[in-house]
Amino acid sequence: MSDLLDTLAAASPQLWEGTLVTLQLTFGGAALAFLVAVGLGLAALSPWVIVRTLVRVIVELFRGTSLVVQVFFLFYVLPLWGVELAPYTTGILALGLNYGAYGSEVVRGSLTSVPQGQWETTTALSMSWLHKMRRVIWPQAWALMLPGLNNLLIMLVKGTALASFFLMNDLTFVSDQMRRTAGTFTSYGIAMVIYLLIALALSWALRVLEARALRRLGLREPTKGETAKATAEAVA
Amino acid sequence: MIHFQDVVKRFGDTTVLDGLDFTVAPGERVTLIGPSGSGKTTILRLLMTLEDLTEGFIYVDGEPLTHELRDGKRVARRPRDVSKTRRRIGMVFQQFNLFPNMSVLENITEAPIHVLGKPKQEAREDALRILEQVGLRERANAHPMQLSGGQQQRVAIARALAMHPEILLLDEVTSALDPELVGDVLEVLREIARTTNITMLIVTHEMQFARDVSNRVLMFDSGRILEEAEPDKMFSHPEHERTRRFLQAIL
Ligand SMILES: Nc1ncnc2c1ncn2[C@@H]1O[C@H](COP(=O)(O)OP(=O)(O)O)[C@@H](O)[C@H]1O
Ligand SMILES: [Mg+2]
Repeated sequence: MSDLLDTLAAASPQLWEGTLVTLQLTFGGAALAFLVAVGLGLAALSPWVIVRTLVRVIVELFRGTSLVVQVFFLFYVLPLWGVELAPYTTGILALGLNYGAYGSEVVRGSLTSVPQGQWETTTALSMSWLHKMRRVIWPQAWALMLPGLNNLLIMLVKGTALASFFLMNDLTFVSDQMRRTAGTFTSYGIAMVIYLLIALALSWALRVLEARALRRLGLREPTKGETAKATAEAVA
Repeated sequence: MIHFQDVVKRFGDTTVLDGLDFTVAPGERVTLIGPSGSGKTTILRLLMTLEDLTEGFIYVDGEPLTHELRDGKRVARRPRDVSKTRRRIGMVFQQFNLFPNMSVLENITEAPIHVLGKPKQEAREDALRILEQVGLRERANAHPMQLSGGQQQRVAIARALAMHPEILLLDEVTSALDPELVGDVLEVLREIARTTNITMLIVTHEMQFARDVSNRVLMFDSGRILEEAEPDKMFSHPEHERTRRFLQAIL
């Protein structure tokens, strides 16, 4: 036991650094992914076929190619064309585009799940596109899309581990380094616990948002127990 | 005044309306009856611009709605122009369609404030006055989900009225209600008919209501007007055998 504590104490500065890198990639990637998801999700409903086709191509491109390959492409191929990206930028860009593409399907699906009668009523009241989206459609779609976005956010947390491939000192990289001094079980065990804690915290935060969104719609709020259960399922 | 001119509506290969012509005078209350699938809803939805007009023209007070003749050619109007004309028209749906993310009062003031640009206080007072009229003033701050179907539909009527439309479209507004809630909604509509001069196009199976409020009844069959008459005549002495059978079936 004291061995473990000693190891932890010795490694804690690096672990802390690694966790910070992972958190930064998570928040940066999630922020970009959200913007991409909303942008593409709305564009997928465009009345213009060209726009819809373009969205499909982008989404399929990012969903159909491996995240690892996308990162390698950004990190090793782009420089050959004279575009050098910092590791952070590369990581956030790859995570944001990839999970944004997945997220756009969630956004589109949620928007189209808002009953047709709601859309038609906004027309009958002559609301502008922006107005109906902002005040009527989005608040309803938001409650529907949160569970899906929650899942993707957890996957994104785990996806940040690929930063270690291009030698960023994220949590995975640090625990890999620790292996020699602390042993395989301890170092990866600690990494797993930290990833799990991050995932649980984020998942819980999104559950809170979801409960709030449902309450605004006058829908039943999930009880604490259900929230915990759903959180566990999303993380699993 | 509403004027349908050579209106054609097709869904894919199905022609629902084939060269429909009719006129509704300002302040007139017209009830549309006819078997299911005869095109009544489609007519209201075309007026509300919820469906694309395949051919022909619809005029509101002489203003083209979605399409106009320019240099002898039929062209679609710009969305902004359509929106301006559309603001004269309000609609109440069978399914109420209240916004679940807003209170009763917010449902009613949303469009007057953000579409018509009414000052908030004025929109609020107007909304409360209309709520009073539909008998729900004390529920202004309730959530739509806390209301019965009949109350929700009365809020939906209030929401449409708050835009002060010249024309009100009512598509089977009591069909989704439990029988004991129908009366209150119809009473509210009777009151509106009595106290305003809003032009009303009504699709309903409530024949007593149709008799009480409408000036004219149009009987539709397969997208055509089979016959039209004053309600007393239509309901007591219809000209066509088809109308007689239809009325017998629903009464
Ligand atoms: N969106 C649609 N797509 C295809 N057919 C439709 C659509 N809406 C209505 N129709 C058809 O148009 C006809 C008229 O429908 P509708 O106007 O709803 O009739 P009513 O209101 O008199 O019952 C029906 O045959 C119906 O099946
Ligand atoms: Mg109908």
